[in-house]
Amino acid sequence: MSEALLVLDQVVKRFGEHTAVDGIDLQISKGEFLAIMGPSGCGKTTTLRMIAGLEQPSEGEIRLNGTRMNELKPWQRDTPLVWQNLALFPHLSVLKNVEFGLKMRNVGGRERRERSMNWLERMGLEQYAGRNITQLSGGERQRVAIARALVTEPEILLLDEPLSALDAHLRVRMQSEITQLQKQLGITFAYVTHNQSEAFAMASRVAIMNGGLIQQIGSPREVYRAPANYFVAEFVGSNNILSGTVTGLEGGQVTVETEWGNFSAPQPETAPKKGDTLELVVSADLVAVSDQAGGHGNELAGELISEEFVGSIITLYIDIGGGIVFRAQKQQHELDALDYSSGRKLFASWRPEHTYVLPPA
Amino acid sequence: MSIDRVIAYLLRSWFILALVFIFVPIVISFIFSFSPNRYPTLPLGGFSTQWYEVILDEAPVPRAFGNSIKAGVIVALISTFIGFAAAYTDYRYRFFGKNFYLALALLPPTIPVLILGLVMLMYLSRISLVGELYSVVLAHVVYCIPFAMALIRLRLAQMNPDLESAAWNLGANSWRAMREVILPFTMPSIFAALALTMAVSFDEYMIAFFTGGVTETLPVRVLALLQGQVSPRINAIGSVVFTISMSLVILAQILLLTRRSGERSIAAGGN
Repeated sequence: MSEALLVLDQVVKRFGEHTAVDGIDLQISKGEFLAIMGPSGCGKTTTLRMIAGLEQPSEGEIRLNGTRMNELKPWQRDTPLVWQNLALFPHLSVLKNVEFGLKMRNVGGRERRERSMNWLERMGLEQYAGRNITQLSGGERQRVAIARALVTEPEILLLDEPLSALDAHLRVRMQSEITQLQKQLGITFAYVTHNQSEAFAMASRVAIMNGGLIQQIGSPREVYRAPANYFVAEFVGSNNILSGTVTGLEGGQVTVETEWGNFSAPQPETAPKKGDTLELVVSADLVAVSDQAGGHGNELAGELISEEFVGSIITLYIDIGGGIVFRAQKQQHELDALDYSSGRKLFASWRPEHTYVLPPA
Repeated sequence: MSIDRVIAYLLRSWFILALVFIFVPIVISFIFSFSPNRYPTLPLGGFSTQWYEVILDEAPVPRAFGNSIKAGVIVALISTFIGFAAAYTDYRYRFFGKNFYLALALLPPTIPVLILGLVMLMYLSRISLVGELYSVVLAHVVYCIPFAMALIRLRLAQMNPDLESAAWNLGANSWRAMREVILPFTMPSIFAALALTMAVSFDEYMIAFFTGGVTETLPVRVLALLQGQVSPRINAIGSVVFTISMSLVILAQILLLTRRSGERSIAAGGN
């Protein structure tokens, strides 16, 4: 089997005493859209900068098409980056910004202009070619930055939180534009973000990083439904995590005794024994809510403390004791029949098969 | 509101008074440089360029003027180059003792020129470099670098720190990125630094007096003239010196401003 387009092999990056990236393995295939996601300081941007050659790995190897890249200077690789602050050249016109990469590769004036204009047209910016960068709106600048990075037709495009400066509405539009573009071009995208909805909406694969390590890589669905560890379960989606002790194992089911009741779950591959401590993950969108007991197989009760509306989705926060606030996420119309005013006692229930057992740490 | 307005009015009047205080003697000297009389009297007895003719005929003055121009141009070029390098080093690198380096780089103008001139004289005479025009140039370069550095540093501070990396990322090596991004971006401040350092060198008396010896620059010649007698020639020389150094300073400003509005007009004009 041939190697992936880009391979990070046990890559470590230290800044003095501080280890930003602590030995990561990552393979990015041709044509893939990979999102690298994590909280700030998790090492995701450092990883991207190492791929671009702006930082040198302290240990390990980075290979592009099987060739070691570690010692190549940034200008000796073809790994354009779309910067968080865009880093457009303020002293150059829109067209000259886009032309820059071609000019540095000594492409002749006429061809340079043609290829850049093609990209500006593609991004719907041809009428702005002669303008100064400061004259463009946020979304237009964003498109210039992408055109500037793609004009050399690289094999891989790196994006470092490129949408973080845009307002919510524009961000969603640019998300779908970028996804479209990636599909049309078939170029590999490596996209760094701390924004979960951005990563899940765009990427075909997501890598979750924390503390300089990759915690999990998988499709958005895998990461969402089967988090690899506590950190991922906590970071991704809106998961409820309940800790308890195994009391029974039969019929492919595991029974777990917790502070909030006994719950059953499908027996995980890790084969727990009686008396083991486990963490159960229940995704908030799989929880049913009622003011009466007798819902799905797993049920607990608590007091509603607050609710939050985002569009048609409502999240209920239920205090179930033991310092745990249980979350349930529903379409608003599903709750029409329910009185969910603060302070009410509510029952939350979910199917045993929707309970996910976290692999032991 | 009215109190604010009164304060604003008073402040403006105060500012204008200060300007008048500074400029009136210069303007008067300028006017009397065209007076036909030996002594400054009002009303003027007529209009005459005789004092300008006198200073042109007097060999040391045009020679000193030429020295000042030569020194000014060379000082401007060298100190702006070094000032740029120092400012860029500060912008680009982090290293041990950087604050010390910066303090050292910005130090010379804080030393009284009398001291600076004296130590320069002692040092340069020890290595037998004293008494020539290049002695003045050397000493002035030391004195002018901080001005150039400060101006260029200001401009670099306005630059997005990712711009240079972005140029590398798009295939520009270090030199190319310098030429295509850093230099164009700092160009207004480089021009301003050239004009300002030239003006500083052109005006400077004390250091030039100590290090130049018999090689006189214009300010040194003017002072020598003054010691002998108060002559209306001084008005003529003063007017020339003032016009040149003011022009340089104003030029520095204009270069900065036109560059910016140029960027804007490209934007508005479409191409």
